[in-house]
Amino acid sequence: MKTDIILSGVGGQGILSIATIIGEAATHSGLHLKQAEVHGMSQRGGDVQSNLRLSDSPIASDLIAQGTADMILSLEPMEALRYLPYLDREGWIITSSAPFKNIPNYPDEQALKDELAQLPHIILVDVEKIAHEHNMPKCANVILLGAASRYLGIVSVDELRDSIARVFGSKGAAVVEMNQKAFDLGHAAAENK
Amino acid sequence: MTDKKLLLGDEAIALGALHAGIKGVYAYPGTPSTEITEYIQKHPLTRERGVHNTWCTNEKTAMEAALGMSYAGCRAIVCMKHVGLNVAADAFVNSAMTGVNGGLIVIVADDPSMHSSQNEQDSRFYGKFSLMPILEPASQQEAYDLMPYGFELSEKQKLPVLMRITTRMAHSRAAVTVKTEAQPIQQLPFAKDPASWVLLPANARRQYAALIEKQAELESLSAQGHHTRLESGSNSKGIGIIACGIGYNYVKEAEGGHDDFPVLKIAQYPLPSTLIHELAAQCREILVVEDGQPFVEEQVHALLGADYPIKGRLTGDLPRTGELTPDNVAAAMGVASKRFFEAPKNLVPRPPALCQGCGHRDVYNALNEVVREYPDARVFADIGCYTLGALPPFRAIDSCVDMGASITMAKGAADAGLFPAIAVIGDSTFTHSGMTGLLDAVNDKANITVVISDNLTTAMTGGQDSAGTNKFEAICLGLGVEPEHVRVVVPLPKNMEEITRVIREEIEYNGVSVIIPRRECIQTLNRKLKQKRKEQQA
Repeated sequence: MKTDIILSGVGGQGILSIATIIGEAATHSGLHLKQAEVHGMSQRGGDVQSNLRLSDSPIASDLIAQGTADMILSLEPMEALRYLPYLDREGWIITSSAPFKNIPNYPDEQALKDELAQLPHIILVDVEKIAHEHNMPKCANVILLGAASRYLGIVSVDELRDSIARVFGSKGAAVVEMNQKAFDLGHAAAENK
Repeated sequence: MTDKKLLLGDEAIALGALHAGIKGVYAYPGTPSTEITEYIQKHPLTRERGVHNTWCTNEKTAMEAALGMSYAGCRAIVCMKHVGLNVAADAFVNSAMTGVNGGLIVIVADDPSMHSSQNEQDSRFYGKFSLMPILEPASQQEAYDLMPYGFELSEKQKLPVLMRITTRMAHSRAAVTVKTEAQPIQQLPFAKDPASWVLLPANARRQYAALIEKQAELESLSAQGHHTRLESGSNSKGIGIIACGIGYNYVKEAEGGHDDFPVLKIAQYPLPSTLIHELAAQCREILVVEDGQPFVEEQVHALLGADYPIKGRLTGDLPRTGELTPDNVAAAMGVASKRFFEAPKNLVPRPPALCQGCGHRDVYNALNEVVREYPDARVFADIGCYTLGALPPFRAIDSCVDMGASITMAKGAADAGLFPAIAVIGDSTFTHSGMTGLLDAVNDKANITVVISDNLTTAMTGGQDSAGTNKFEAICLGLGVEPEHVRVVVPLPKNMEEITRVIREEIEYNGVSVIIPRRECIQTLNRKLKQKRKEQQA
């Protein structure tokens, strides 16, 4: 069994933290993992992506081939669509619905929504709104992970929750608690989608 | 005893080096190599053992210091990005002539596809013409394992070893089985052989002959080397594959566990010609899968002759530019793509941008306002975050070529009569390669205006220490810039009137002037504030 995930977003949104939590959970469960990251120039407000591959057998390539990703997990709707050629025909897109407009020529929002709506397996979650309502502005990424946890068969929801405790452990109990709450909120938000 | 750790390729190299008992790492930051040095800087063994780990002014000083450490009998590594090897090249090439004492590995991270670079040069060419052994790991595990191997190779052959990696190896994470105990730091006797270390022509000729003499042995070591092997496949198609470094992973991915192709996996150079002949004898055609330029492909052509069909980047079976991907390798192997969805048409690119609140923004706003008054003005910029001044909304710069070229190109243009010739260079880039150019300009009384945009850090690579912090006025004065034409301003919107006035005055001065807009990078500033809050809470 394998799960190939493309994580995407805008530099600074926190996609690498999501990758760290999933990666930690996967390693803890004894899975093989490869994760290609983007560092350097593009982190300055540009588009960023990471290829995260999990499997119960050894993994060859660090990068995911087109048409084979099981999930695109994105903190920005246009950035989710950017990697569509990589998605398996049965793959899922789980994305924040809130556009991040730091460019003057951001495309028409309705057109983007229509594109997304056409896809067979799509979950849109307004993670920014949930983060705002619960006064946890820095946890939008973990809320998204919570939403995705329903579809990440290869690592269990409990494993991911425990991983949050280990990843944020050094920052104190309050930070762990807030992130686990964010995770639960995301999990709940994806329930009826 | 062993342990399993999740490591970036860069981190696996760093830990491999620490575990092999290095006494020092010498480096200048450069994507995608930076994390090697950073990992060593943060590792407890480094402090415990007193491993040298501070940043160097540039790649050349790094290379030479590491060679000095090797001379003194200790193991050392040098790390840089591919274009950094151009800067270090003089020392690098000649280190193969002197040879080494303590083991020396030069780790160079190439950046095919130019994720964060200005070209796709392939460092293996440097290794070849320097006549050095080259290692190229295919996985994070190999990267770790090849460090102790590389040091032994270096010490046995008395030669520096080049380890070549690419972005996807540097910045990809995987589980690595590592040793729980490090080798002790080794201390060989200091070198004392002027006949090999003093490269006077008479000595150098002898050294060069000896280096040439070693090549046959180096080649046979490649054939026996760790991680280089000829794997037999079912060979149903009669096509053999030569897979270098991480290219091997894409081949295996495309095969999907079937092992259809005989594969010669290459992790060490000079190329093992015996194994290539062996592969060629089994097949009627060879596909060369290598990241970067067609380095192996050209050599295999020479080895097998024009009649033997060889496919690769030169034939267009793999793209001539850009990095390898599982997709382009699969296509070259005749494996059909599974692509199902097409990218929507209304996607737009999202280029990186200068951070909100960054001092470089204020510098460009001021510069643009003044430059508008001079129709012939040109702004020669340099390598760093401020290169993003090329993009909207600023469109403020006219060139960016290599580290330090801003000052010297402005000077050359001024020599030809261009006015005003303005150079924009960052603090770290200035000490890396700008100071010598400024001396040229001073000596020639060139009519240029140099802006050293000082944010007190090497920002683009993540905020490493900058070699010249707190020394810039002294450096400029020491190089001979007139004291009244070394001007310091604080780049903030509220100071716009003062900054534009200073720029105007210095453009109008007929000679070398230096303007230093100085304000800390907001990324490093925020990090420091965060750290401070954390300490206060604790």
